[in-house]
Amino acid sequence: MGFLEVEAVSHQYAGTDAQVLNEVSLTIQENEFFTLLGPSGCGKTTMLRILAGFEVPSRGRVTLDGQDILRIPPWRRPVNTVFQSYALFPHLTILRNVTFGLKMRGVAKADRHGAARRALDLVRLDGFADRMPSDLSGGQQQRVALARALACQPRLLLLDEPLSALDYKLRKEMQGELKRIQRETGTSFVFVTHDQEEALAMSDRIAVMRQGTLEQVGNPSDIYDRPSSDFVAEFIGDSNLLNAAPDSQGRLCLPGGRALGIRGDAPARVMIRPEALRIAPDGNLSGQVTDLVYSGAATRFLVALDGGEETVQIQQTSTEAAGISMGDKVCLAYDPQQLWVVAP
Amino acid sequence: MYVYLYIPLLILIVFSFNGGRMATIWEGFSLRWYAEVMQSDQFRAATVNSLVVASCAAFLATTLATLAALGFRGRPIRGQGMMVPFLSFPLVIPEIVTAVATLIFFISIGVPLGMVGLIAAHTVFCIPFAFITIKARMDVMDDTLEQAANDLYADPRRTFFSVTLPLLWPAILAGFILAFIVSLDDFVISLFLAGPSSTTLPIYMFGMMRLGVTPAVNAVSTILLVMSVLFVLIAAWINRMQRK
Repeated sequence: MGFLEVEAVSHQYAGTDAQVLNEVSLTIQENEFFTLLGPSGCGKTTMLRILAGFEVPSRGRVTLDGQDILRIPPWRRPVNTVFQSYALFPHLTILRNVTFGLKMRGVAKADRHGAARRALDLVRLDGFADRMPSDLSGGQQQRVALARALACQPRLLLLDEPLSALDYKLRKEMQGELKRIQRETGTSFVFVTHDQEEALAMSDRIAVMRQGTLEQVGNPSDIYDRPSSDFVAEFIGDSNLLNAAPDSQGRLCLPGGRALGIRGDAPARVMIRPEALRIAPDGNLSGQVTDLVYSGAATRFLVALDGGEETVQIQQTSTEAAGISMGDKVCLAYDPQQLWVVAP
Repeated sequence: MYVYLYIPLLILIVFSFNGGRMATIWEGFSLRWYAEVMQSDQFRAATVNSLVVASCAAFLATTLATLAALGFRGRPIRGQGMMVPFLSFPLVIPEIVTAVATLIFFISIGVPLGMVGLIAAHTVFCIPFAFITIKARMDVMDDTLEQAANDLYADPRRTFFSVTLPLLWPAILAGFILAFIVSLDDFVISLFLAGPSSTTLPIYMFGMMRLGVTPAVNAVSTILLVMSVLFVLIAAWINRMQRK
């Protein structure tokens, strides 16, 4: 029995046929950083709205600590949300924003001020209590939104793409902050994002969603190294997906006949990540460099494999890549253990 | 453009301080017309009537307009697409038509000419002005703020009083001021519906004009103008305070 159980939840918006969520089941543990990851329109935000209580699913059950929460309106759920747009109350000071939830719950003034100070400390915004939201930068408003939700000490904190409005550097910084705050408070986080890098960096577990269904649930390395489908392999990071078929001895081979070094008994899609391939004279695969992109620490190549239409991406550190140019013939080596057969 | 807009008003104001009997020939500075006007019981009665009618009508119209705007926010109801334009339609109906229609309606249901009828009629034509102002604000209001309040343990009633109403307040106030001014300077409808005891300022002025154009008319006009401008300034000032 998990802390939060989502059982076979389906949802369609009134007056539409489109199934936004289709039989989604999830279990989230206490003190877990759980991410719902997927492209826009995959249903991740709808799922979050259901957990918050803004949406009641057409079918299914959601329990928190064993208690059915679908009948509880949002203002009585022990769940708080950090909104994508922050949704700070523009007519209230930072302090009154942060104490809002506690005030509504009838917490005494002295206690709620104490809780607000602690929450603002936690997000490193002490000293901002008397400012108005419009005086703050985007990053600071983001922290206030977080403090406001955390001041209520929710059992579950929902975060709806909270970092998407921040610039790259601030986003990186906030990723670390969020992870720290989650650890320090011991709250379960459900984090919604379409940014796979963000998901891999922060999550204990990730659920990859697509068109209202769950594609795969697992920890970041499960998802990255052992994707369950083409969709997951391509959505998370860069990948090479090769068509392979078994030969008479049960070895998986590329269409050109080259054996990959693993066994199989049916045609399969085989994934290898660009960084698992390296240019080496004794490599198993050979081909010609058709493109190359230098990006500082690393260089990416496109290599058209001999004897087939397959083109693979490889990534090398720029020192390894020195001296290789367009049109060069290269051999590619890899450790067969880095190959992953995506479910056929 | 500005010259064109404001020169006539400027001349009107200047001549209200004219010392002579003629409204168009300058004979030196004097406040005698203001003094004369202020001492007139009729003027004072008309001013009180105008302020009472405008306050009551603006209050009723703003309240109804706020409720209407809030009503359009919840679940979409059937025919809503037609209902919003219909609420602002009275703005383009010729005022004289409304005046005649209201007069006939009041006579047929037995409403006596006087303050009550006047307030009712003013409320009706003030509603669209207040409604448009409040609805415009509501349309750009972010409803995630109310969701955020719900999420932070505020039930719908407390959400309304602690988030929705404070955010809407400047627009409600602006709607009130607009309705107030529109009522204050209404002439046609008031002329049809005012009884002998409920003369308003514009009707009083019209009466004065029939006895000859003296600088007294300029003085009353200037007073009416100053009242209107004062209310607009108060509204702007309150709005500024709110923002801070």
